[in-house]
Amino acid sequence: METITQNIQAIPLNHYIILCAIIFSIGVIGVLIRRNAIVIFMSVELMLNAVNLLLAAFSVYRGDATGQVFVFFIMALAAAEVAVGLAIIVMIYRNTNSIDINVLNRLKW
Amino acid sequence: MSTFYFIAFLSVFFSILVITAKNPVHSILYLVLTFFTFTIHYILMNAQFLAIVNFIVYMGAILVLFLYTLMLINLNKESEPRKSNLVKFAGVIGGGCFLVTIVAALKAFGVSKQVVLADPNLGLVKNLGKILFNEYLLPFEVSSILLLSAMVGAVLLATKETKTAS
Repeated sequence: METITQNIQAIPLNHYIILCAIIFSIGVIGVLIRRNAIVIFMSVELMLNAVNLLLAAFSVYRGDATGQVFVFFIMALAAAEVAVGLAIIVMIYRNTNSIDINVLNRLKW
Repeated sequence: MSTFYFIAFLSVFFSILVITAKNPVHSILYLVLTFFTFTIHYILMNAQFLAIVNFIVYMGAILVLFLYTLMLINLNKESEPRKSNLVKFAGVIGGGCFLVTIVAALKAFGVSKQVVLADPNLGLVKNLGKILFNEYLLPFEVSSILLLSAMVGAVLLATKETKTAS
């Protein structure tokens, strides 16, 4: 236990922020370049997790456990979001036989 | 210390693989690996409760739900239509601009202090439970209503419409 907690002592907060920014941008790029609705959904999950990790890092940095409680609530929210979103994707697939988002281009107008 | 950088490299590597894998099933499996590296990050921060919840809820429940849905809708017969290279290039440029903006804003702050875990009990279940059920009791109950309504909505959306219902 002591060695694990000693492990974290020497890392600047900036490196956590940069790591989470990189993963968040990968999520953004994934939303922009993919057309499969499920992969887009997974990119959204990636963004949520990057924010979770940053909240936990700030919580440790400030010595305040509130950030970790927020992460818990974000996880509950993500579970609800995934349930509804996947149900919508299944319904779209049943109606159009495809989960390509370009099929839904009438939503644009 | 070098453990963090190794795990951080693995996180970035697997998350790039998530968005570039052609087969959606491979994409989900890479996402599982990415979330596993996040769990290791939480353990390194001694946030044990979050590590366990991330492991069970994300990797155990949410990603299995993804996998089941993907296998339910049989995608293997048609491959995913590719976006044109111009759109891909524009997407990468857009995401890269976002990243550059954040990193540049970070540079303006200069070198930050180091992350020091002052209180080793910070992320333990006992400490978090006390805070959750003392200060955040009302949001906790509201989130249970949220989960209930999400479940009802998912069942309502995913069931087939019958003639009598309409």
